[in-house]
Amino acid sequence: MIEVNELTKRYGSKTAVDHLSFTVRPGQVTGFLGPNGAGKTTTLRMILGLDAPTGGGATVSGVPFRSHPRGLRHVGALLDANQVHGGRSAVAHLSALARSNGIPLRRVDEVLQEVGLADAATRRIGGFSLGMKQRLGIATALLGDPPVLMFDEPVNGMDPEGVLWMRRLFRRLAAEGRTVFLSSHLMSEMENTADRLVVIGRGRLIAAESVQDFAARGTRLSVVVGTQQAAELAAVLTAAGAAVEPEGSAGAEKLAVTGLPADRIAALAFENRILLNELTTRTASLEEAFMELTADSVEYLAGQPR
Amino acid sequence: MTTLTSVPQAASAAPVAEPPARFRDLLASEWIKMRSLRSTRWTLVFIALFVVGSSAVASLADLDNLAKSGSDAPRVREFLCFDACPAAGYMTLMLVAGSIGAVTVVSEYSSGLIRTTSVAVPARHSVVLAKAVVVAAVWTVVGAIISTGAFLVSQAILSERHAGVSITHPGVARAMVASTLVAPVCALVGLGLGALIRHTAASMVATLFTLLMLPTLFSQSRQWSADINHMMVVSAWKRLVQSWEEIPGSSLIRDATVSGSWAVYALWPLIAVALAVVVVRHRDV
Repeated sequence: MIEVNELTKRYGSKTAVDHLSFTVRPGQVTGFLGPNGAGKTTTLRMILGLDAPTGGGATVSGVPFRSHPRGLRHVGALLDANQVHGGRSAVAHLSALARSNGIPLRRVDEVLQEVGLADAATRRIGGFSLGMKQRLGIATALLGDPPVLMFDEPVNGMDPEGVLWMRRLFRRLAAEGRTVFLSSHLMSEMENTADRLVVIGRGRLIAAESVQDFAARGTRLSVVVGTQQAAELAAVLTAAGAAVEPEGSAGAEKLAVTGLPADRIAALAFENRILLNELTTRTASLEEAFMELTADSVEYLAGQPR
Repeated sequence: MTTLTSVPQAASAAPVAEPPARFRDLLASEWIKMRSLRSTRWTLVFIALFVVGSSAVASLADLDNLAKSGSDAPRVREFLCFDACPAAGYMTLMLVAGSIGAVTVVSEYSSGLIRTTSVAVPARHSVVLAKAVVVAAVWTVVGAIISTGAFLVSQAILSERHAGVSITHPGVARAMVASTLVAPVCALVGLGLGALIRHTAASMVATLFTLLMLPTLFSQSRQWSADINHMMVVSAWKRLVQSWEEIPGSSLIRDATVSGSWAVYALWPLIAVALAVVVVRHRDV
């Protein structure tokens, strides 16, 4: 369990993280979402005690992380896959970390096997691809078999097979009862992996809820109806209490209906002898919900005068 | 919190019995880090060969002088044991030890590895201390090999003219110890500056400036200036390997004392490492 309470970090006049509070529970994959520059990495660094907060605090399993003299058995973290020394082999890198925490060295072989780097164990990390470095970072996080795991943008540089593997791994770690906290700026990634979401923008909390709830509160559920008798249908639906808007280009004879479910629309059309040639329920994608909610808090908008 | 009934709680996710945090685990970890870098190994071999080689060159040159001047071995003996401690060789050693000492810390910052390390060991001042111990140990061994090698080579060459001295000769043992320890002293000064500065080029320049250039700014011609000069590591080394005593009254400027020079050896690394520990504990990484 990770608890963040009124966490604040200011760099001079710039506030990177602003009175942020949320809880990440065990047994679930929790996504940590926000546009670039929203303060995700800064938050993770403060949870890990790398940066001291300007205000507020964070605890992992009830205590500040820095109160542990050794950390790997408490939290496994992958912050940036490039935070390794290119001159060492994967096995030397992991051995040094394992040894510092009194973890038996056979665990190094186990985690290398687990992430699929057993064949590259003695190669210099400098020659690894980003995907391989991500795997090494995950191996580092798993080294101490910790109850809490944190990953910052772990799928960067992974091939499709690797992404799939990683998703399964995160699901499995959560199913084992661990706390899995996963940051990303890609909503689509979370849609397939996370149970819950913590969404931030400009250092402030935007949402902390289940993935379904988050998607539902974005664009409202709408139904697209195609018919030759658009004007007629619009009148009927409006009378039934729906909001109707023409959809697509003029003359396409499509309506976007909100406020009535598809089966109700079909029944009304049938009663009024209106022939429908399309009836599609459109659920807001997570991506849309995300864009909509974070639109006001995007730090770096393309094409905007600065 | 309610227990999870739908999800089987794996034993591994429960709080683990953790072995006590032991400092020697950190030493072992830092030792793995040091020995797993090929570049460090090669640098150590190179500098050892260089210092021993420069001692051989100095000895050969003196052998040549002795031959020309018609060997008066006993009178020059005091000066000739200086051939085992050639300034060019040892100043290069100081330069290399200081730089490598700085790199041990700075490379973690420049690569970002320090964050990975700090998550593994949140008590990060202990990491700095462990690094200092490993660096000091490695450089003491390297320094001992170098000073022994340089002494044996120079005496083997000089003994051809019966100008060699034994280790029991007055001042020789002290010179050997001082030449052994100058490497770890400089490496620790570099390590401390590296931890303070964290930037590769800047900490390198700062280390070299502090160890080798700073002493030249304080001349021996005035007492206050000489006093500052005597506080420098390189001056302390020069004083400790000098086996002859200044003739009393030959100069108005007091010479550095032997005990003062040993104090210089102790204080520089102590202050550098202490500052590093304090700063690393309080600063964001």
